[in-house]
Amino acid sequence: MIEGYLRGDGRKGIRNVVAVAYLVECAHHVARRIVDRVDDPDVHLIGFPGCYPNTYAGRIMEAIATHPNVGGVVLVSLGCESFDRERLAAAVRASGRPVELLVIQQAGGTAATIAAGIAAVGRIRDQAAEAPRAPMRLDELVVATICGGSDGTSGITANPAVGRAFDRLVEAGATCIFEETGELVGCERIMADRAVTPELGREIERCVAKAEHYYTVMGFGSFAPGNAEGGLTTQEEKSMGAYSKSGSSPISGIVKPGDVPPSAGLYLLDVVPDGEPRFGFPNISDNAEIVELIACGAHLTLFTTGRGSVVGSAISPVIKICANPETARRLGPDMDINAGRILEGTASLDELGEEIVARVVAVAEGARTVSEELGHREFILTYKAFEPVGPACLPVSGRRAA
Amino acid sequence: MTATPVPQILLLHPDDNVLVVVAAVEAGDLLPVGGGTVPAREGITVGHKVARVALRPGDKVIKYGAPIGSMTAAAAPAEWIHMHNMKSDYIAAHDRTAAGGPA
Repeated sequence: MIEGYLRGDGRKGIRNVVAVAYLVECAHHVARRIVDRVDDPDVHLIGFPGCYPNTYAGRIMEAIATHPNVGGVVLVSLGCESFDRERLAAAVRASGRPVELLVIQQAGGTAATIAAGIAAVGRIRDQAAEAPRAPMRLDELVVATICGGSDGTSGITANPAVGRAFDRLVEAGATCIFEETGELVGCERIMADRAVTPELGREIERCVAKAEHYYTVMGFGSFAPGNAEGGLTTQEEKSMGAYSKSGSSPISGIVKPGDVPPSAGLYLLDVVPDGEPRFGFPNISDNAEIVELIACGAHLTLFTTGRGSVVGSAISPVIKICANPETARRLGPDMDINAGRILEGTASLDELGEEIVARVVAVAEGARTVSEELGHREFILTYKAFEPVGPACLPVSGRRAA
Repeated sequence: MTATPVPQILLLHPDDNVLVVVAAVEAGDLLPVGGGTVPAREGITVGHKVARVALRPGDKVIKYGAPIGSMTAAAAPAEWIHMHNMKSDYIAAHDRTAAGGPA
C-alpha cells in the first residue's frame, strides 16, 4: 500500500523533500553549499539562474515548491535580482508548508548565509517530518514519461513497454502525461484521432505545427547526433518511436508547464513556447522537460533510453528503462529496468509493461530508484513564455473526488 | 554463419519497406530479405535499418507503417539505410560538426 504525505490542498506526495531554492545564479553557490553540507538524500537543490523577470519561471518555481512531494522550502536570494521572493515565500506558506527566506545581502554574505541556511534546513526538516500520512490509491498518482538518448531500439522496446504501462495506469484511474511536441512532429494526424473531442484533435495538430515552426526557426530539430549513431535517421522516425510511449488510451487534454491535469486520463504536455521564438531552444536538455512534468504534478517519471542516459531529478523520482540490450550490459548499474530483453527473446512487451507498473507502485511506496540511490538530483529551468491553454484543450473538467 | 537464437532483423509493420537490426550484423551475414537471403555488404549495429525491398531516390521510407522520410539515393534489398541515402521530410537532422547559430 502507498502511504502518501497528505498536503494542505488534498494532494498526496510519495516523497517528503525539503527543497533549497536559489532565486538567481548569484545565490547558486550558497544554496548548493547548504545542500552539500546537510548531505541528506531528501534535501534537494532547485533554482532559477536568471536575473530578469519571467512569469513562466516564477510559475514553475511555485508549482515545484508546492509540489506534493515537497514538505518544506528554504529560499536563497542574493537580494537585488528580479525574482519575486516574497510572493514565492507567501505561496509556499499559504500551501501549509514551512518556509524560510534567506537574503545573502542582508544575512552577512556567503559564509553567514550558508550557516544560517544549514540551520534553516534543520528547522524545516523537523517541521516537514510532521506531515500527516494517508493511504494513497493508484488513481491519485500522476505519472510522466520522457525519452532521452533515444536510438533505433527505443521505439521497439522501452517506449511501447511504457505505452503498455500507461494503458494499465490510465485504466486504473491514474493521470499520465507525455510530452515534447517537437518529438511528435510527423505523428500529429494519428495523435489527433485519439483526442476525446474533434476540437482537442485540432489543438493537438496546432501544437505540433507550432513545435515544427519553432524548431525550424532554431535551425535544429529535437534530434541529437547520438540518435543518428543509434540508427535513427530523421526527426519523424524518432517521433514515431517516442510517440509509442503514450500507449493507446484516448487523449484527454493538453496542458502547459505548471498546469496540473484536471482529471484522470492521458494528457499531452505542450512544452514549446507560444509566440515568436524568443529565448532559444524550448528545452535545452532532458531535465528541463522533467522539471516541467514535475511542475504539472508528476510524482514520478518513466525515462526511456537507448544510448544510455544516467540522469535522475530533484523532487520526483525517475525510473530509467533501458531500450537497448547492449546499453543495458554497458550501463546496467544506471538502469532500473532492462527492456532490451524484448530483443533477446526473454520478455514480452506485456511483461515489461507489468514490470514497469509494479516498479511505479514500489517507488510510490518508498523504494528508491537507481538514480536516487546514485544521488542524481538534476534540475534546470530557463526562460520561456506561454499563453494559457484554451478551453478546447481541456474538454474534461473537474478532478474526481478523492 | 553461426545460428543466432533471436532474429537479426525485425519487421515492425506489414507496410514497412525497411527492417530494423536487433542483433549486430557482420559483413557477409545472410539476411532474410525479399523471400530469399542476401549477404550484408557491411557491418550494421543494433537499432539501424536495412532495405526490405529495392528503393529508389524519392521513395518514402516506411517504418511503424508510417512515412519517416524520403530516399535521396537508390538502395538494394538488405542495404543499410541511414543519413547517406535518406532524409527527413520535416526538419533536417545534424551531426557533431553542425554550427550552433551565427558565430
